Amino acid sequence: MFQILEKHVLTEAPVIFQMIVEAPRVAASCEPGQFLIVRADAEGERVPLTICDYDREKGTVEIVVQVIGAETDKMSRLNVGDSFADVVGPLGRPSDLIEEDIEELKKKKILFVAGGVGTAPVYPQAKWLHDHGVTPDVIIGAKNKDLVILEDKFKSVCNLTITTDDGSYGRSGMVTVAIQDLWNEGVRWDHCVAIGPMIMMKFVCKLTKELGIPTVVSMNPIMVDGTGMCGACRLMVDGKVKFACVDGPEFDGHLVDFDQAMSRMKLYKTEEGRLFLKEQEGDTHHGNCGNA
Amino acid sequence: MEVDVMKKIPVREQDPKVRATNFEEVCLGYNKEEAEAEASRCLNCKNPRCVEGCPVSIQIPQFIQAVKDGDVAEAYRVIGESSSLPAICGRVCPQETQCEGKCVRGIKGEAVAIGKLERYVADTAREMGIHPTPPKEKNGKRVAVIGSGPAGLTCAGDLAKMGYDVTIFEALHEAGGVLTYGIPEFRLPKERVVQKEIDNVKALGVKIETDVVVGKSVKIDELMKKEGFSAVFVGSGAGLPKFMNIPGEQALGVFSANEFLTRSNLMKAFSPDSSTPIMRPKKAVIVGGGNVAMDAARTALRMGAEVHVVYRRSEAELPARVEEVHHAKEEGVIFDLLTNPIEILSNEEGWVSGIRCIRMELGEPDESGRRSPVAVEGSEFEIECDAVIMSLGTSPNPLIASTTEGLDVNRRGCIVADEANGKSSKDGVYAGGDAVTGAATVILAMGAGKAGAKGIDEYINA
Repeated sequence: MFQILEKHVLTEAPVIFQMIVEAPRVAASCEPGQFLIVRADAEGERVPLTICDYDREKGTVEIVVQVIGAETDKMSRLNVGDSFADVVGPLGRPSDLIEEDIEELKKKKILFVAGGVGTAPVYPQAKWLHDHGVTPDVIIGAKNKDLVILEDKFKSVCNLTITTDDGSYGRSGMVTVAIQDLWNEGVRWDHCVAIGPMIMMKFVCKLTKELGIPTVVSMNPIMVDGTGMCGACRLMVDGKVKFACVDGPEFDGHLVDFDQAMSRMKLYKTEEGRLFLKEQEGDTHHGNCGNA
Repeated sequence: MEVDVMKKIPVREQDPKVRATNFEEVCLGYNKEEAEAEASRCLNCKNPRCVEGCPVSIQIPQFIQAVKDGDVAEAYRVIGESSSLPAICGRVCPQETQCEGKCVRGIKGEAVAIGKLERYVADTAREMGIHPTPPKEKNGKRVAVIGSGPAGLTCAGDLAKMGYDVTIFEALHEAGGVLTYGIPEFRLPKERVVQKEIDNVKALGVKIETDVVVGKSVKIDELMKKEGFSAVFVGSGAGLPKFMNIPGEQALGVFSANEFLTRSNLMKAFSPDSSTPIMRPKKAVIVGGGNVAMDAARTALRMGAEVHVVYRRSEAELPARVEEVHHAKEEGVIFDLLTNPIEILSNEEGWVSGIRCIRMELGEPDESGRRSPVAVEGSEFEIECDAVIMSLGTSPNPLIASTTEGLDVNRRGCIVADEANGKSSKDGVYAGGDAVTGAATVILAMGAGKAGAKGIDEYINA
């Protein structure tokens, strides 16, 4: 079960890799907007990951992972033929878009804003719309040219705009600059979906609120079980406690308390960072850098 | 061995000072001599009230007689007729309000230690390599059980004994439900006890498929229509943790007991070898007074914290088992009773720095029959701490009900099911355990699993 059938390294620094994994139950039932949880091995953490694509007939799902800590580093070392200990899902609610009336959707101009590894979960939504006769606009933002991922996949399903912070590819500047520029050029959207780092989603929401575009974000907080049991993924939406795993992961971006959500991400940072260093540096790391 | 018929043979336990620093099991259990001496206190009543007090109706005097006779295999067989998880029940059942609460010995002296004897039988049988035997004949009918906690394991075990082909679907990566993620190692050892009990259920022919979230990975209707299951038992357990909705609850260092315990138990953060991140607080406040609160308190204590349990009523109303409260106190957990949190305080970086509470006094009895606590005006005070663990119970997980057409839930979101046979509003679907009752005990869930198995058998044979 959960064998890795394909693996591609998309970027080098940071490392982002793409894998096609055998997971028939997930592939049979997942919908755009949902996520899954993966454990690399029997001792591994439960890591929530986004679903980039799926093939119901082959029973496979495609994941895109950025190495950010010990667990994702461990995953990056797995190769074709290896298996994950666990792949469970799909988790969370599907995107509201797929519940809407197709004829209504066709009348709307839809914008996706994707940042970094958050580009991956945008793909199944854009593809789903494209398959149903709606071609959305997609803005992919990255630090520089080397970090733009999945460009070819996207090209065939949307009107693609790429922007890089340093201007090394596509437009120049953050995604918010691209939204504002396109708006100034006369483009109007009825609906926006933003997926990426929390800080990006926060500023996209700030802008779209000013522009009056309803905006949905996909939250990726700390999670343990992913089925509504632990409460670790709670966040405040419109002053109410919500659980990202069962109430989300998508929420009305104009109602999410991003500052609090970002603060909560600090919770295990030091713990995880320490562990990553220990694994990377082995015995050479004594945890008291420079003071020994 | 000398026996005072009025008193229980004391059970050996780890010294409180020692066990407060480790995760080894607190209670060491009876040896053969102690067990046989304790068994000799049983009056073998003609009309055994203890059996009435047992939610799964174990033939208690009969198994105790076998212990007296030194025949552990027979004792295990007798218990096995009614329970699939004796090593677990012997440890975590609230015997004092069930079998032992009804024991005639208890009128003048102390009740027979039925729970400790059950544990002795299960542990000894395991050491002797005795396993339950699978049925000789299979009936070819398939039943799906959702959740591998006490309700699911019991239901699956009973159905397998009747000859059904049973598959359990478990959402997590390990089987056991609350036995695995919730109850800590020092109360219920995982490898030595829980895993062995699960292996025994598997030995009956039950299959367990982990990583399947029913309602998401597959729906109940698909299990019945596409995968060939004739009936489904829902034992999906309790759900979303409750919070108090007081200011400051989003601060860093506020956890649900479920999260704290899941990290420690399921993800093994209690072990120094584990890579699971967990906060090891210096001073932790646990809010709540149930068994889960005691588990969280004693786990935090073992990680090195000073631990305060804050509970709004008095000691008499603590919902936790007396034995758990007693153990917690022995180990050094501090109880701040008649105290209710009103705000969680945090420092500039957003980490918990304390909890603001108000003193309470008991007023008139409320609908639960317990005297309801009333705030004492002007009595606010602060407890300095770096972690707050909320243990206020759970509300049902909507995953299954919201994805299963025709499955009714009540006002509180619990699945509606007949207590006698687990029958739900949907044809062929049965339910029991916390998913039906809201947070309760392991043994009540087992009782419901048993009733569900009976209900499903009647349904399929109707």
